[in-house]
Amino acid sequence: MTVTLDRPDAAPSAGASGRSRVVAFWVVAVAVPLVFLGLFFAWPVVEMIAKGFVVDGHLDLGGFADVFSRPRTWRIIGLTLAQASLGTLLSVALGVPGAYVLYRHTFRGRTLLRAFVTVPFVLPTVVVGVAFRSLLVSGGPLGFLQLDGTFAAIVAALVFFNYAVVVRAVGGLWERLDPRAEQAARALGASPWRAFRTVTLPALTPAIASAASLTFLYCATAFGTVLVLGGLQFGTIETEIWVQTTQFLDLRAAAVLSVVQLVVVAGALAVAARARSTRERALALTLPDASVRPLRLRRPAGMPAGDGHALTLVATTVTAVVVLLLALPLVNLVVRSLRTDAGWGLDHYTALGTTGGALTVTVWQATLNSLRVALDATVIALVVGGLVALVVSRRPRRAIGRRAVVGLDALFMLPLGVSAVTVGFGFLLSMHHPFGLPVDLRTSPVLVPIAQAVVAVPLVVRTVLPVLRAIDPRLREAAATLGAAPGRVLRTVDLSIATRSLGLAVGFAFAASLGEFGATSFLARPDRPTLPVVIFRLIGRPGPESYGMALAASVVLALLTAGIVALCERLRAPGAGGEW
Amino acid sequence: MARIHSLRVVGTAAVVAALAGCSAIGSDEPSASASSDTVTLVTHDSFALSEGILADFEEQTGLTVEVVQPGDGGTLVNQLVLTKDAPLGDVVFGIDNTFASRAVDEGVVAPTTTEAEGVFEGALVPIDYGDVCINVDHTWFAAHGLAEPVTLEDLTEPEYKDLLVVPNAVTSSPGLSFLLATVGAFGEDGWQDYWSALKANGLKVADGWSDAYYTDFSGGGADGPRPIVLSYASSPPYTVPEGGTAPTTGALLDTCFRQTEYAGVLTGAANPTGAQQLLDFLRTDEVQNDIPVSMYMYPSSPTATLPAEWAAFAPLATDPFEVDPADITENREAWLTEWSDTVIG
Repeated sequence: MTVTLDRPDAAPSAGASGRSRVVAFWVVAVAVPLVFLGLFFAWPVVEMIAKGFVVDGHLDLGGFADVFSRPRTWRIIGLTLAQASLGTLLSVALGVPGAYVLYRHTFRGRTLLRAFVTVPFVLPTVVVGVAFRSLLVSGGPLGFLQLDGTFAAIVAALVFFNYAVVVRAVGGLWERLDPRAEQAARALGASPWRAFRTVTLPALTPAIASAASLTFLYCATAFGTVLVLGGLQFGTIETEIWVQTTQFLDLRAAAVLSVVQLVVVAGALAVAARARSTRERALALTLPDASVRPLRLRRPAGMPAGDGHALTLVATTVTAVVVLLLALPLVNLVVRSLRTDAGWGLDHYTALGTTGGALTVTVWQATLNSLRVALDATVIALVVGGLVALVVSRRPRRAIGRRAVVGLDALFMLPLGVSAVTVGFGFLLSMHHPFGLPVDLRTSPVLVPIAQAVVAVPLVVRTVLPVLRAIDPRLREAAATLGAAPGRVLRTVDLSIATRSLGLAVGFAFAASLGEFGATSFLARPDRPTLPVVIFRLIGRPGPESYGMALAASVVLALLTAGIVALCERLRAPGAGGEW
Repeated sequence: MARIHSLRVVGTAAVVAALAGCSAIGSDEPSASASSDTVTLVTHDSFALSEGILADFEEQTGLTVEVVQPGDGGTLVNQLVLTKDAPLGDVVFGIDNTFASRAVDEGVVAPTTTEAEGVFEGALVPIDYGDVCINVDHTWFAAHGLAEPVTLEDLTEPEYKDLLVVPNAVTSSPGLSFLLATVGAFGEDGWQDYWSALKANGLKVADGWSDAYYTDFSGGGADGPRPIVLSYASSPPYTVPEGGTAPTTGALLDTCFRQTEYAGVLTGAANPTGAQQLLDFLRTDEVQNDIPVSMYMYPSSPTATLPAEWAAFAPLATDPFEVDPADITENREAWLTEWSDTVIG
């Protein structure tokens, strides 16, 4: 046990009132997130889907037969599954070595690199599309690969976006994993690879499954990436819902496809939950400082062969190549943002202080809007996501309780798997005078951070949960035996350990909110547009100035994200000699 | 140590609370919608007017203008159809002739008192228009010693193989306009063969206009590989090089489809009087003269004046292709599906 606890002050034994307070706490902990999700996700989605199935007051399920009889539908479902599976597989295969290098080793520039790999995660897809395509287009720097408009290009872009998800989620657990179990296996004669496979990998499985399910949902609902890089020949369920809803207003087809999407997503979540639950158990956690070693490319003197140095080298090489590949489109973006009519210069950056003749605010004002909205969204997501993680981390004694916990877990992942179009249009249908209240929430600025929080909650849950679940129950028992009341156990054990992963969660939620475009684009009011919305508007306007401004604004968004993520990383560091 | 730790937590919480002072929710001023001194304009992503113009309107009328921009042209109309029982605002701008008929059929817009030439079904007032045309990169053609294409048919000729890029008709409104140009040119039963020929001649379909113009097109500033692109008749003036006197690109005026954008008062508007006032304001010279500058479209009002470089470098088509708006509404989905099957496969 590497976690030490202060001896709790002698607490009065929990009496009847204490117990009822505990019950009240858990009721609130379950109810608040449920009401939040119900109001701002389930209701709009159900309303929107119902619109497609209820015709003149009668339920009409004829849409299913109709949609499923189109060969196109089946092709789209197949493509969605193929893209999402391949994207997930590759992200995990590349992300796990990345987590090892970035979270299990120290080296100069590590914080910077960690922040850097998060940047793609938040960039607007329109911008990434441009950055990617101008690399791949024939005559471009990577034109010889002939990847433009291919399936491979889409999968590559999906990995580009989701690499950080795997690295951060897996890294967050890995750096706290007590290395002594692996060391023991090695001492007993296991090869480094065997020790990794039989000891470390099983311990990491919950985090990997978590990250994989997140990645799968992101890939399965990718929209802009698919359209810009592949066009409709690689259409997915998501792009098809968009076309049917916004272009054809065929709500029947859109509703059927939304249900299909729900089924696919639920299936993926079930698989992930299975993978997690068979592996999940208490882990010996430690401080990052204890588990992290300096990264050495040359074998340190005196270290024997077969010491696992080769594994480190392979992981480092893979990660270096991935980072290089991530950097290519980003560098391309920066280069293009510096290109002006007259050659090279900072003109487009100077223009960010103006409205570019087209926007309702300057780009800097939009940046401020984004930050404010992201702050609200992060606070909401932390409260809601924190409560969900806390509830879901319990292991009720009765089977029905355990099933309820698993269900709750999956429920809060759903927003990532449901089309932003369905949610956005659903808001329009449900948020006009909700419950007869005299407010029109549809065009209210309050709805924007809420919509962003809905998609940030799963990230918070997935980041905090593996850490909470890995807490040895004996720790809580020990605290209780020493006389701590249930509330105090929660505070001193769960909370104090969970706050360690909070920095990671805050950074993630903030980044997700900064980059959120789907639902926001349907909601953002022009007097307070967010940065991604402004970028989208700029890039769609004719004229090289607008285009240059859009690229410069994207670079700003990237830097901002990297800065905030790096800041959050620092926030969670326990400090030198830290002992908790 | 636990105490120090909780101090840190408290400190962090204090920082968060302090930051919350700049939260977006906290600073929300009360929404004044649905009152008689506010008028809400619902419009698409591309709507923009130069600074101060809407403020002038507010000064003249004492009304406050709120603008809501839910998405592109298609999203705009479909959202209005969905919310017609509880409209998102009072007045709409940005319904174009490819969606006009659907908006009127669905009863989204109310009859208007504005008198102008070209009012659609007594409800939609034309505000601006533009031609969607094939653009060519003069520099590229000069460098390669190749004659530029002139007509739609030319684009299927072997010397122009692998040179054309157009935006997707399903996901982009200029893309749809070009599909309609071909429907107008080759008839409801002839356009499919034309697109098959284009495809056989190495047509490239990009997702959106910006993607086609900035990534694939050679004259869009990024040195893409293709010298023929679908864009607007108003694009060439923006390619006049620094210190140059003529644009490096040009529009082929025999390949155009005319897009007209309308405004109208929404059915069930909370402030129909204000809506009508704003609608009339959009037709004043102040707004009409600004439209080319801020939205790259031609003003509909005959009394408006064009910027000098437009008169020189952005002539309109004399005889653009046309398709009846009712036909478009009736066939849009079928045509787009057929187009997808033919071109995208």
